Amino acid sequence: MQSMSDFEPKIVAFVCNWCTYAGADLAGTSRTQYAPSVRIVRFPCTGRIDFMLLMKAFENGADGIIVSGCHPNDCHYTSGNFHARRRWIVFRSLLDFIGFDTDRITFSWVSAAEGKKWATLVNEVTEHIQAKGPFTDLDKLDFIQLKEQYDEAITK
Amino acid sequence: MKVGFYPGCSLEGSSKEYSQSLYAVSEKCGITLEEIKDWSCCGASAAHSLNHDLSIALPARNLALAEKQEMTEIVIPCAACYSRLASSQKSLLEDQSVLKKTQGFIDMKFDGNVQLLTVFEFLQKYIFPVSDQFIVNKLNQKTACYYGCLLARPKDLTKLERPENPMEMEKVMEKAGATPIEWAFKTECCGAGFSMSRTDLVAKLSGKILEDAAERGAESIIVACPMCQSNLDLRRPEIKKQLKKDINIPVLFITQALGLSMGIPAKDLGLNNHFVPTDKTVSCIVKKEA
Amino acid sequence: MARIGVFICHCGENISSTVDVARVAEEALKMPGVVYALDYKYMCSDPGQTKIIEAIKEYKLTGIVVGACSPRMHEATFRKAAEKGGINPFLCEIANLREHISWVHPRSEATTIKAIDIVRTIVNKVRQDTPLYPIKVPVTKTALVIGGGIAGIQAALDIANAGHQVIMIEKSPSIGGHMSQLSETFPTLDCSQCILTPRMVEVAQHPNITLHTFAEVESVSGFVGNFDVKVRLKARSVDLSICTGCGACWQKCPSKKIPDEFNAGLSFRTAIYSPFPQAVPNKPVIDRANCTWFQKQKCGLCKKVCPVGAINYDTEDEFIDLKIGAIVTATGFDIKHTDFFPEYGYGEFKDVIDGLQFERLASASGPTNGEIRRPSDGQIPEKIVFLACSGSRDKAKGIEYCSKICCMYTAKHAMLYKHKHHQGNAYIFYMDIRSSGKNYDEFVRRAVEEDDVRYIRGRVSRIYEKNGKLIVKGVDTLMNSEPVEIEADMVVLATAVVANPDAESVAQKMHISYDKHHFFAEAHPKLKPVETNTAGIMLAGACQSAKDIPDAVSQASAAASKIIGLFSTDVMTREPVVAVVNRSMPPMFTTCTGCLLCMEVCPYHAIEREEILDRAGNVLKIAAKVNAGLCQGCGTCVAFCRNKSIDLQGYTNLQMMSEVMALLNKPF
Repeated sequence: MQSMSDFEPKIVAFVCNWCTYAGADLAGTSRTQYAPSVRIVRFPCTGRIDFMLLMKAFENGADGIIVSGCHPNDCHYTSGNFHARRRWIVFRSLLDFIGFDTDRITFSWVSAAEGKKWATLVNEVTEHIQAKGPFTDLDKLDFIQLKEQYDEAITK
Repeated sequence: MKVGFYPGCSLEGSSKEYSQSLYAVSEKCGITLEEIKDWSCCGASAAHSLNHDLSIALPARNLALAEKQEMTEIVIPCAACYSRLASSQKSLLEDQSVLKKTQGFIDMKFDGNVQLLTVFEFLQKYIFPVSDQFIVNKLNQKTACYYGCLLARPKDLTKLERPENPMEMEKVMEKAGATPIEWAFKTECCGAGFSMSRTDLVAKLSGKILEDAAERGAESIIVACPMCQSNLDLRRPEIKKQLKKDINIPVLFITQALGLSMGIPAKDLGLNNHFVPTDKTVSCIVKKEA
Repeated sequence: MARIGVFICHCGENISSTVDVARVAEEALKMPGVVYALDYKYMCSDPGQTKIIEAIKEYKLTGIVVGACSPRMHEATFRKAAEKGGINPFLCEIANLREHISWVHPRSEATTIKAIDIVRTIVNKVRQDTPLYPIKVPVTKTALVIGGGIAGIQAALDIANAGHQVIMIEKSPSIGGHMSQLSETFPTLDCSQCILTPRMVEVAQHPNITLHTFAEVESVSGFVGNFDVKVRLKARSVDLSICTGCGACWQKCPSKKIPDEFNAGLSFRTAIYSPFPQAVPNKPVIDRANCTWFQKQKCGLCKKVCPVGAINYDTEDEFIDLKIGAIVTATGFDIKHTDFFPEYGYGEFKDVIDGLQFERLASASGPTNGEIRRPSDGQIPEKIVFLACSGSRDKAKGIEYCSKICCMYTAKHAMLYKHKHHQGNAYIFYMDIRSSGKNYDEFVRRAVEEDDVRYIRGRVSRIYEKNGKLIVKGVDTLMNSEPVEIEADMVVLATAVVANPDAESVAQKMHISYDKHHFFAEAHPKLKPVETNTAGIMLAGACQSAKDIPDAVSQASAAASKIIGLFSTDVMTREPVVAVVNRSMPPMFTTCTGCLLCMEVCPYHAIEREEILDRAGNVLKIAAKVNAGLCQGCGTCVAFCRNKSIDLQGYTNLQMMSEVMALLNKPF
């Protein structure tokens, strides 16, 4: 059994090119140090992020996820981040419904000027996921039970 | 028809003619004012200068009492009391945590949403629908309507239509057969609470108000606030000394002016309680033509 | 079969000091698809790039990954190198080993592992890469300038002088804008009309410029290089080709009580009118809303007296369709008027005026022939009080911003008054003095030192009338906050600069963004001040934000230069990071079901509804189609598509999936 302090979480970050990616660059230029647990995947815009990719990440070994983009009203493409935010709200309700621990996903806004914020965010999420431990819930999700619940619900 | 009533301390003491005239006018129009039982101080200016929680809790107690006594509306003639109760209510209704905390302070559970009426709203809603039949006199004089500070500020609480140049009192005066004048000091400061500590300032500021009204031909000044009345009336000797002018324009409460137009005797309206004699005002009155 | 080359840069010591670069290259060689790996000190240098070019040729590489600094630094550099090596530049991707790894983590096993993970991720992306080619869009070399003020005029002249066709539209009967209303301009005190009217005439006479006044944009559709613009030419009731501008009509017009817009309401005009003597074109229009003929079918005098028969009451609004390559929006600004200020009299005091009204009083062609006189009784004021910051910088009034021009024009107004009336007294109530342009502060000092203008730092709480004078109640904060009361003969409010009342509808017609104050939004506040988020539409002048004449002219020339650049080729090339709806053979044609959800969410209106027809013209299927010229590559449509029929080149579903799987070291 891996002790909590040894556990190095695998955190995947889905970020937009114009704000958060640039913010992370700024953290680099400023030499702000932070935990090495995060791996960034670059998108043109958070609006591009298909949330099934998040599920794929968890399915394949991710322990935590960060989704981060431009602040509302600052989207380089005007409205992509609004769609991402709405999508997240709906998706989160769905995940809650099936019993998924939505606390493992952090949705944030980091602008190109917020290098420090990026570093702080990574550190906080790392600590948070470390405390939660590795993600093993996928095995625990009882699809049989879920199907039974679903069948019951639609016949009502 | 019953309406809740919060007098505040001034209407019990130094400005009891405001209360007296309000009762007289309401009675004439068939409205019964029900004073909140066991009402207490609104906090006036002392509370909000000292402690934020106290400034909300003191008025809140009266809101709670009104609610408990099943009042849906209360009229608050004093401008300062209205301001305190209304801003306390705003804080309570905007933030649940403030409401909870205040309930703890006053040891009473309440919702705090009793409807608060300014004296203008009260007149508009309850008196004017029935008053036309009772108005038998025309005041027949030029009046300067003075609003002072709290009747017009903050504009979200006092809900006047044109806060920089209000016309609410003017409309009442027109009904009462007077000629309200346009003048420049409607909402200027009279010196307020400095009545005791810096009477010289009150003399100066109230003096300017009086002077402008007089220069524009006002024969009486109409107010709706005990502080305004006090500074313009009680402090007249100091004002005269400051201005080096002998201005004797009387200062009437709006309810007194309205009462006179309804034919209520001057004594019943407390007109003998003023420092600046009001007989000239009364003598101008003529009967309204049929 | 993928043959990928991986190039790991040391970046001097920037990467190699914390990441074991040799090991990363070693591990890279083991990754599926990688046939060559190298680590080198400075990959972006000439020798570094040469190594890449030679490796591509020698090892017949089909794609490359450069592990180096952020792609935001050198992606373009390495893509050029890839192209020189003979492969499509979009088959070159960058792994960010510096900003995201070496600079933010200490030297450790975890850091090197992270570098390896990231390289593996990008290698996997490249394995899914397909060659992409720049998109070519044809360009119509005609520009449209909306707005005939100084900004529009400058932009039009610059574009026309570069040899391109320009069409200018102005909604009022003459061009010139607010600058034509000014008397003199700061800091030189140049006569405004003297420097403006030659430009106005140049515009009217320029062989490359077509001018339509009394015209408005009706609709704009299409995309950069290929706009379709519908313009409404409002009915003038006067035939421009016949009218000689003799003026007989407006001299005889009996409706003489219409507030004159050009004189900011200080005088009246007739129903048939030309706005001012130097108007371009100097031909009248009939204001139908105030004309007796059009309202009551009486009169008709102008038609009778016209010596050439140019007046025709039966004309109607006309519509023209234009094919435009690029647009300059130069629609200008408005100012708040005195009725906005209840504390200064609700607009009811005749001698409380705004800045534009003062300009008209000071103007030789104005209602008082250039003499400063009170609107109430025509007397010359002995004391004028100027209020700076009226409405601006005031959250309570809803205008938090600074209007930029008022400090300067208030100083100018005070100086003009003193020049015309030496014994007069000028007071200015101010908050700060913002005079940052060239020779600006010197100008303000002149007002203080040479013209005896008295500046009082403080605000005015109230103005009221007494015995024909205006009592101004303010405070002097530099004198211990002493209340100040001035008995003025006239008060001039430097009211806030605001957007035009129809700015919102103009912006919506053009599909450009605007802020909460209805100023049009630039693409980037620092680096793209003249472009909008809509490709091909530029901004110039005060419609973007309050500014003075030099800045408006600079911005106009900048906008013009962007357009001249756009027009420098017959065909425009664009980066191919665009969305594409899949297409396949009949009978499928495409997996797209035509739900058009993507069309609704696209911020650039780049997706159209396409009808797939058979040979007879019957509709077989409705599908979405992306206009590559408009698409900016955000990918919002891709995330929305329910059956993944639309994909984003450069960030395809396959690519992103393979990146995620590779990150977690799972096979894909």
